[in-house]
Amino acid sequence: MKKSAANVKLAAVRNEVDTALYEVRKKIYTRAVHGWFAGWRIALVVLTQLIYYGLPWITWNGRQAVLFDLGARKFYIFGAVFWPQDFIFLAALLVISALSLFLFTAVAGRLFCGYACPQTVYTEIFMWIERWVEGDRLQRMRLDRGGIGVRKLALKTTKHALWIALALWTGFTFVGYFTPVDVLAGEVVHWKLGPWETFWILFYGFATYGNAGWMREQVCKYMCPYARFQSVMFDQDTLVITYDEARGEPRGGRSRSADPRKSGLGDCVDCAICVQVCPTGIDIRQGLQYECIGCAACIDGCNQVMDKMGYAHGLIRYSTAKAMQRREVEPRLLKSFFRPRVLVYSALLGVIVAAFSIGLALRSPLKVDVIRDRGALVRETRAGLVENVYRLQLMNTDERPHRYRISATGLEGIAVVVEQPVQVPAATTQGVAVALRVDPAGVAAGSHKIVFHVEDVDDPAVRSDEKSRFFVR
Amino acid sequence: MSDFTSEGWGLYVALIALVSIVGCGVFLKSCSTKRAAPGEQVDTTGHTWDEDLTEWNNPLPRWWMWLFYLTIVFSLGYLVLYPGLGTYEGYFKWSSRGQYEGEQAHAKATYGPVFEKYLAQDIKTVAADPQARAMGQRLFLNYCSQCHGSDAGGARGYPSLRDRDWLYGGTPEIIKASISGGRTGTMPPLGATVGSDEDVKDTAHYVLKLAGRTYDSLRAYRGEAKFKTICAACHGPEGKGNQQIGAPNLTDEIWLHGGSESFIVETITKGRKSLMPQHGVFLDEGKIHLLTAYVYGLSMTPDKPQ
Repeated sequence: MKKSAANVKLAAVRNEVDTALYEVRKKIYTRAVHGWFAGWRIALVVLTQLIYYGLPWITWNGRQAVLFDLGARKFYIFGAVFWPQDFIFLAALLVISALSLFLFTAVAGRLFCGYACPQTVYTEIFMWIERWVEGDRLQRMRLDRGGIGVRKLALKTTKHALWIALALWTGFTFVGYFTPVDVLAGEVVHWKLGPWETFWILFYGFATYGNAGWMREQVCKYMCPYARFQSVMFDQDTLVITYDEARGEPRGGRSRSADPRKSGLGDCVDCAICVQVCPTGIDIRQGLQYECIGCAACIDGCNQVMDKMGYAHGLIRYSTAKAMQRREVEPRLLKSFFRPRVLVYSALLGVIVAAFSIGLALRSPLKVDVIRDRGALVRETRAGLVENVYRLQLMNTDERPHRYRISATGLEGIAVVVEQPVQVPAATTQGVAVALRVDPAGVAAGSHKIVFHVEDVDDPAVRSDEKSRFFVR
Repeated sequence: MSDFTSEGWGLYVALIALVSIVGCGVFLKSCSTKRAAPGEQVDTTGHTWDEDLTEWNNPLPRWWMWLFYLTIVFSLGYLVLYPGLGTYEGYFKWSSRGQYEGEQAHAKATYGPVFEKYLAQDIKTVAADPQARAMGQRLFLNYCSQCHGSDAGGARGYPSLRDRDWLYGGTPEIIKASISGGRTGTMPPLGATVGSDEDVKDTAHYVLKLAGRTYDSLRAYRGEAKFKTICAACHGPEGKGNQQIGAPNLTDEIWLHGGSESFIVETITKGRKSLMPQHGVFLDEGKIHLLTAYVYGLSMTPDKPQ
């Protein structure tokens, strides 16, 4: 104690101070904005959330249209049932998503961040609720500055209650993709949720509430890896939200009737609307910054002011670094699209989308695994034939039963011993022990390549060929 | 904590854990501020790459620091609830053995009733039940198919279970006893007892005659006496076998160890030893009951056409 007191004394003598190395978050009061891009965002929020909240409630073939049944390891997406064996499609889907992201970012910057990212979308919805309950920017600032009173308490309680309700609904919907949503709804109503369902509803709800209500831009600034690495995809031809410095500077306030040219001012009236509408609290006039999520709220805000002033739109606009350098009003979009980066991304994306679609279209509802009995290589029948035994796993991924006929080729006179046809119920796996018999007279000793052919009795297009081995002696 | 011979080691471990946690907290506190002259700003990290590339020393948000403190709170909570501090068992008294036993009990409570239901029925009824057959097949594929084959057709040295021919008998009770208690089938090496190689070959030809296979009648004639004095002790004077001791019937077409002359000679000369392991040691009554029913059911369906 004594020693540290002495340290403080010493520091005071040198006029030194302890400065915090961690930054206290300054709350951002985002001002409401209307315009072309805000309209797009509303449309995308509504579209994505209609899909998210609505999809679990759609029925298809008498079951939930989209259901990821983890317990049974079956993943239903409308007409298709995916099994763990179809994992390659998920991998391809993720590659497609990643490449699309690369392509969009190379062409037009952080489009995903600005319009479709769940963080943006839920923050937007939560801000609508906030604005509806507490009012716009100035009212909210006044409310937060004021002391605690009945009105403040009522407004804050209402806001958080609405937030939590929406967050819980979001969590419920999330779990509804894994547990049939009607069953889940029944469990909620009768207070009979399982422990994991409860956990995930609360956890997902809490994450939504925390991220969209409290963390907001902090997620984009500090937590999101994509926000950091996508600057790699930017180049001189990427469309980014840009402040036209040459046109705007020197900025300054002026009367609407005054001619700015005479007073030597640029078009920026320094109203700071672009800063007030920014959800990450930056000033776009300082140039491109990593915090900018490309939401274009500042474009809408600035255009409103330009309208009032009677100036042309586009003091802040989507433009490219090159266009700014050349002092072009409209970037040469078409020309800049044909650059190697974009072409390579497009080509890769095209190839994988094509492969994905073809693979999906040719996906057979029958999968076969052949497991040769390991305990015994060969056995002899009473009639002197040699016999090998295999276990065939017939996977019927279709939602109706199938009958299959099993045959084999590769050796002269090879006979299949199994009760034909094999009936496999809808969406199940059936193991069948199959014996193959060959007359050893005309066959060399050792191992021979053979092929199993499994064919649907009713639809010969559904078939699968699997290689295996046959041992003679 | 039986790994430790002395309780003192538990204390030692606990002390290190707690001191480390407290140390982390102190370190975190000391790193959250920096003493600086008034007006001095922490601009860059001070590193320079590629001549002029410097790195901004941008501060992390303060909530991030609280997350660090949260990990300390979590670790303390964990150490209270779960074992981690030396010999302290934790509030939940959790152990991997306890979890294993809990899961066993849970499995028993879940699947027990299914087995109970079948245990109350006799084997013939269970064998006719499709669900029981499906369960039996899965058990068979797990525990039996390695030797008897996926189709229960057996292999050389491992009997087929669906040919209605039984070494020890095919009634439900005997099948159950075979599965549960295992079997050891012994054919002693009788080469010396029978005599010369020629004598053995003669005996083999008599066996071939019994089985209705092609044989040399002169050799079979010579071998008959040997058979009736030596082999008949187990296989019976007519070669029909003896299920009491698992001696196979030699007059049918079924050969456990091969039915050609050379195989029979080998069997007589060197003897055979077969082992069916005791499954009662690791399978419970319910599973053995279902397996018995499955195997019994297999023998009731006719063998596949040749």
